[in-house]
Amino acid sequence: MTEDADQLEVFRSELRDWLEQNCPASMRDSGNDEGSICWGGKNWDFTSDDQRTWLQRCVTKGYTVPTWPVEYGGAGLSRVQEKVFHEEMAAIDARYPLQSFGIWMLGPALLHFGTHEQKLHYLPPIARGEVRWCQGYSEPGAGSDLANVQTKCEDNGDHWLVNGQKIWTSYANKADWIFALVRTDKDAPKHKGISFVLIDMETPGVSTRPIQLISGVSPFCETFFDDVSFPKEQVVGEINRGWDVAKYLLTHEREMISAGGGSMGGGRALGAVLADSETGLCDPILRGDAMRAEVDTLAVELTLERYKDQSESGQGTGDASAMLKYMGTELNKRRLELVMAAGGAEALEWDDGRAPNWLRTKANSIEGGTSEVMLSILSKRVLGLPG
Amino acid sequence: MAKLVTTEEEVMLADAARGFLDDAAPVSHLRGLRDAGQTHDAALWKSMAEMGWAGILVPEDAGGSDMGHAAAGVLAGEMGKTLVSSPFIATAVIAATALRQASDTRATEALRQIASGDVTYALAVDESAKFNPEATQLEARREGNGFRLSGEKRFVVDGGNADRMLVLARTNDGLTLFDLPTDRPGITREAKAMIDNRNAALVNFDNVEANGEDVLGEVDDAMRVLKPALEAGQAALAAEMAGLAAGAFGMTLEYLKERKQFGIPIGAFQALQHRAAHLWCECEVTASAILNAGRALDQDPENASMAVSLAKARATETAQLAVQEGVQMHGGIGMTDAFDMGFYMKRARVATEWLGDYGYHANIIAQARGF
Repeated sequence: MTEDADQLEVFRSELRDWLEQNCPASMRDSGNDEGSICWGGKNWDFTSDDQRTWLQRCVTKGYTVPTWPVEYGGAGLSRVQEKVFHEEMAAIDARYPLQSFGIWMLGPALLHFGTHEQKLHYLPPIARGEVRWCQGYSEPGAGSDLANVQTKCEDNGDHWLVNGQKIWTSYANKADWIFALVRTDKDAPKHKGISFVLIDMETPGVSTRPIQLISGVSPFCETFFDDVSFPKEQVVGEINRGWDVAKYLLTHEREMISAGGGSMGGGRALGAVLADSETGLCDPILRGDAMRAEVDTLAVELTLERYKDQSESGQGTGDASAMLKYMGTELNKRRLELVMAAGGAEALEWDDGRAPNWLRTKANSIEGGTSEVMLSILSKRVLGLPG
Repeated sequence: MAKLVTTEEEVMLADAARGFLDDAAPVSHLRGLRDAGQTHDAALWKSMAEMGWAGILVPEDAGGSDMGHAAAGVLAGEMGKTLVSSPFIATAVIAATALRQASDTRATEALRQIASGDVTYALAVDESAKFNPEATQLEARREGNGFRLSGEKRFVVDGGNADRMLVLARTNDGLTLFDLPTDRPGITREAKAMIDNRNAALVNFDNVEANGEDVLGEVDDAMRVLKPALEAGQAALAAEMAGLAAGAFGMTLEYLKERKQFGIPIGAFQALQHRAAHLWCECEVTASAILNAGRALDQDPENASMAVSLAKARATETAQLAVQEGVQMHGGIGMTDAFDMGFYMKRARVATEWLGDYGYHANIIAQARGF
């Protein structure tokens, strides 16, 4: 064995011991509904003492954000160590101690575009689960045409002044801070007059209103800015160059959404999921449709794996995130349609639980860029079609 | 399991194959054969054998290059791109894999003849319109120390010109695989022209004599030899179909960029852009299944069934989509014989049926996944 491989095995064995001693028994159940994992922030109600303890223990080791540098609250793990980390967590079915848009989206953007001071100021509270962030991108008039941002941000001498409205802000009513796209130059071409700003949700003039969805829950909000002023230094990257930050962050968001695409139903085979239902798979047409969905699921999962392997081998994956997002989310919608069809009348009751999941998947092909936007990106950037 | 990444060797093999085939067997070569009333080109197969393709699955000590199934898939994929007609899958993949399961000297000699390009094989399994080896009726009746074969095989691809045949027959307690020369007395072949310009023979067996030497593997235990051979063939055919889809898609994409209507390239219309992008996505997803099947056959052949069926099922769907979109997006010209897209459509249809269609392979997956 090489020296590197030796060191990696030492790391694995130490990590395994640490997890064994520190992960509470009730946290060894990687339940994948949205409430079972801590989202952090001032408003978070821990569901148990174990959930709080598990978070605190992981924070001291940097394991909430294992690949972030130690000075920003991470554990500074390399790519191979990170893989070992996920393997060992999975081996005891451990829940992740913390999840948030700060970890998935803002963190990577700040690590790439932020100043050293910004990183020191904003990243450690994300890593400790103290500050929960939300994403203010979409506006009532800027959905797929994301760059058509109208929320106005003016230079008011020693501070910025913001007026406007955001929509589809996930968990804005539970978040402490928002990262948002605002228009800082209304005369520039639309991609060139946008800035990426950070605003405390407690600032006077910021308000939110939850939007009730067809699934009965309200994960999204409208967010309003009425004469909101905030300090000059709360801008990431250059003024009017926020689109660069936004695009970088969107790639991370799409990967996150598509990764969820293949494994709905806890990664179980669709056939097994459907066989649980009362009607089972006796209907030949339903069985045929389920078989097709299963074939496609296996192939899409292999494609996710192939792209991961490719990027680990240093081969570029280009605009693959748009392909994975499109294929993964469309497939997920098909799968949940089949779950409902197999469930029949049984699945129609709210208490049954299948209907909210089914309805939730309808947003998969809209959020983070619609399927049609993904196809347009691919046709231009990959296929080189005019447009 | 090795990573799902194409290796440098595979990229080099693909480049070398492309270079050779663009020169020796572009689509116009198939058209030339068709116009001359021929279904195969023995000289082309000789050249392929000289490059080591005929022996790609033959052990080195029998004169092969023994590069494995993923490499065979790379070659099949490149052949698919320009619809190359050759005995590659039936001979170099299926027959070679079957012969490798039997390690006797006769099998080694047969492998040597495959690698040198001197002998070609056809697969005589089908008896009805759908692939179903287990339903074989052709009978091999015991007689003395040997057998007498009686019955009929259909859809024997390249059966009109192959030197030998692998024949699946029903024996006392199961199925037995025979390796017979096509000129054995009692065998009559009627080569029928298929839509893809290959021939598929209707083969009649009238009390054909066979002995123990002609049995490949064990009597009553054909599947031990035939199953790995069929899986290898199915994976290679899937790779060919993925290549076919890529070839058809490449032509279509080019056409979208150059064909003008209403004063602009038709590729500027979003209706066509989205269809083209969707097709590209399907091709990418299928490519993963193809690579995975090659890796599975090379590393864990005992447990490769699901990976192989996934590859064949996906490749079937993707090739069908690619040729249908290909004709539609080309418009009227796509319907003409003068244009190549029709050749892609016809080959896709034949390859869809050969060695099990979508439903056959989806069923294998469904069973493995608890349906």
